[in-house]
Amino acid sequence: MIQLRSRRCTFIEWPDVAEPRVLAVTTNPRCPLPVAQERLLIVDSPADLDVGRPRSFPAVAFRYMPSGPVNLPGVVLDPDLHYLGEGDVVRVNPAKTEVAVLFRRRARYNGLLVTERCNSFCLMCSQPPRQIDDGYLVNDILRTIELMPRETPAFGITGGEPTLAGEGFFSIVRHARNYLPDTELHVLTNGRRFADAELAQRLAAQKHPGLRLGIPLYSDQPDRHDFVVQARGAYDETLKGLLNLGAHGVRIELRVVVHRHTFERLPKLAEFIARNLPFVEHVALMGLELTGFAKVNLDDLWIDPYHYQQQLADAVSILRKACVPVFVFNHQLCVVPESVRPFCVASISDWKNDYLPECSGCSARTECGGFFSTGVSLAKHSDFIRPLLPAPDAVAG
Amino acid sequence: MTADRAALPKAFAPFEAYQRDAESTYTLLPFNFAQLDHRYLLSNDAGDYCLLQRDELEALVTGRLPMSAPAYEGLRAGHFLYDETSDAALDLLAVKIRTKHAAVRNFTALHLFVVTLRCDYSCPYCQVSRQTEDRQAFDMSEETALQGLDFVFRSPSPSIKIEFQGGEPLLNFSLIRFIVEKAEERNRTEQRDLRFVIATNLTFLNDEVLDFCEAHDIDFSTSLDGPRQLHDRNRPRPGKDGHHWTREGIRRIRDRLGPDRVAALMTTTEASLGQPQDIIDEYLEAGLRAVFLRPLSPYGFAIKTRQAEKYDFDRFFSFYREAMEYILEVNHDGVAFREQYSTLVLTKLLSPFPIGYVDLQSPAGIGISAIVFNYDGGVYASDEGRMLAEMGDDTFRLGDLHKDTYEEVMLNPTLHQALEQSLTYGAPECHECAFQPYCGSDPVYHHATQGDWVGHKAYSAFCERTKAITSYLIRKLEDNPRDAAVLRQWVHP
Repeated sequence: MIQLRSRRCTFIEWPDVAEPRVLAVTTNPRCPLPVAQERLLIVDSPADLDVGRPRSFPAVAFRYMPSGPVNLPGVVLDPDLHYLGEGDVVRVNPAKTEVAVLFRRRARYNGLLVTERCNSFCLMCSQPPRQIDDGYLVNDILRTIELMPRETPAFGITGGEPTLAGEGFFSIVRHARNYLPDTELHVLTNGRRFADAELAQRLAAQKHPGLRLGIPLYSDQPDRHDFVVQARGAYDETLKGLLNLGAHGVRIELRVVVHRHTFERLPKLAEFIARNLPFVEHVALMGLELTGFAKVNLDDLWIDPYHYQQQLADAVSILRKACVPVFVFNHQLCVVPESVRPFCVASISDWKNDYLPECSGCSARTECGGFFSTGVSLAKHSDFIRPLLPAPDAVAG
Repeated sequence: MTADRAALPKAFAPFEAYQRDAESTYTLLPFNFAQLDHRYLLSNDAGDYCLLQRDELEALVTGRLPMSAPAYEGLRAGHFLYDETSDAALDLLAVKIRTKHAAVRNFTALHLFVVTLRCDYSCPYCQVSRQTEDRQAFDMSEETALQGLDFVFRSPSPSIKIEFQGGEPLLNFSLIRFIVEKAEERNRTEQRDLRFVIATNLTFLNDEVLDFCEAHDIDFSTSLDGPRQLHDRNRPRPGKDGHHWTREGIRRIRDRLGPDRVAALMTTTEASLGQPQDIIDEYLEAGLRAVFLRPLSPYGFAIKTRQAEKYDFDRFFSFYREAMEYILEVNHDGVAFREQYSTLVLTKLLSPFPIGYVDLQSPAGIGISAIVFNYDGGVYASDEGRMLAEMGDDTFRLGDLHKDTYEEVMLNPTLHQALEQSLTYGAPECHECAFQPYCGSDPVYHHATQGDWVGHKAYSAFCERTKAITSYLIRKLEDNPRDAAVLRQWVHP
């Protein structure tokens, strides 16, 4: 598991009242002055400071502990962050002796937190909301977008509920369209605010070609969905939001988390989607990430995926026949029925996936997402994890 | 299901806290119902359906159905009722109904050009064909064809399909060539989705025709009534070799253009009724993967020769059922094979999308979905309307390409009256029929059989057909999971 922030960084020679700064990482000490002004130079040894123009940089990050004065603001990186490299974006915060990684160029996928505030309180939330004033996060994201490489294939913004950032939310979308027009932008939102048709229209008017909203729908039944997200009227708002977004041609991914309160009606939900929401781009059926509230409510939420194989297979088959593309996320291949395996995506982000001892010798390991290494996913898992044997003809080959 | 296993921490409220308030009630959304068997079929305008027991239905309509009833959640998700938890059903229904009627917005897509009335066949159920060598009298002229194309491109439809009809259209292949080339020329600026199909008996299929159809992506539609004996009896041709030429033509098209470029239709006659399996086997043997089980229409010689009355609907329906059971067996045995009429009804039952089939639309498809240009320039609201005209009934003749403007033809008062009365939402009996969303209206049929555009549905075989076939399919979907799996496979939205 890769660390994305550390408060075990040593800040040396910074002014006392230094504000946090968002900087792009570079390993090139010869970086021309105008560009260097917004870069954090990483150096591996004292000799590196003798080449190029280290003093052009606002700060330097060390992968070693300097023995004497360095005569410029420096930060000694926690070894957990030694992986940082060219093109990554970080926020350095001397007041908290913290370096937070906002963007990793080599990651398959980056998610940026817009706000921790949320208008839902989902039973299985992996990122429990906090009612705090975190408006500064929007500015960090705007800055990050400016610093991200143009060739970044995709990134996401998440929360909390990103739309609660109001104007900030729209400026992020607009900024992404302007600075990264060829980059997919995935927004994880509960869609409730888009029950206001004007907001949906406004989002569509940003004309971001790669924009896609990931919106959860947990049941065809209003009360059940509202219970899962712990908000009365949420189903109503989300559905009206989906229709408003659909009417304006905004691309939508429907996200369904499968747990004890949702597995039973999964095929009914699939029918409901096929009938009422066929305009969505695809449906994602997802296993629990056992962290945050999901960890707190584990006893209530847990059902072994092995025991909802039938519902999962039926839901996939219904959506397939309705020509609604469907993907299954966060499910180990050995506990889903064979008919579902072709739709499984090894999606767990590279910084938080892992495997069990049982998985050694499994022939499908490379296609399997494995387990979240966050929370208790490695401790609490299906009782039916087993290595899949290679197909007989594969052995022969 | 949500019975508390481990009580949620205090920060979270239990499921019951999000349910409808016990004191509140539900509101019914518009639906129709009909007795299916021991159960009742409920359907709404969007085509959502469900089955209820009589006591459940009575409780539902009298406001007494408890939230805990097994049917409650299905009725709520199916948009038959809503309650204080959400009124999104109203918006969802509106979108679904608008989607179902999307075809009306596009206007006329299908344009039939009758390029000649001459034909080498003398089928007793056809009215319009002529056995003659006289090209002058019964072939469409280039001038008429050009006026037809002017008309075609007046349609605002983004997709345009031109179907060549006859007679036997390949007897005037030079005009087909002319029309295709002129249409493609115009389409360079029009930029429509332009498709062509030739409805032919394939007798005159040759390399010249195949070359041209390959170069211009033209599809074929043909008639195959069954095995040789049946086909040649239904569709007599001098030499009695029609079956041979049809099968040979199908084979050549498949070899040359691919298996999906030729579709076949069959017409059911008295002689067909006893041999459903042989007919399906004939289609399988020809490599076809679908059949359209079409009852004999009451037009043309079919009425004159009293063919249409020779078997009543019940006999057609048992033929249909036998054929369907056999088709389902074929599918269970591993060969994908579809029945097209059932597929249309299934699409209406299972998908939110409209179907482009002229005879199952409300308003009817006459003129506004499909239109016919006869060889002599006469414009007809449908192919059946043209057949009626050949029998002396001009009701559905909308005008003349040589004399009338597009506006004069499309604003023809007869067409408008027929369309107005074809809205099943308001038609007597249809407006309260549970099968309405799966049906449509056919004013030409009812005019021909009953003398008015709506007709008395108790005497309408059109009405009976939708009800019987839809009921059959719903029972399969609900009661027979194995067959249902096959039928669901047929629907491709």
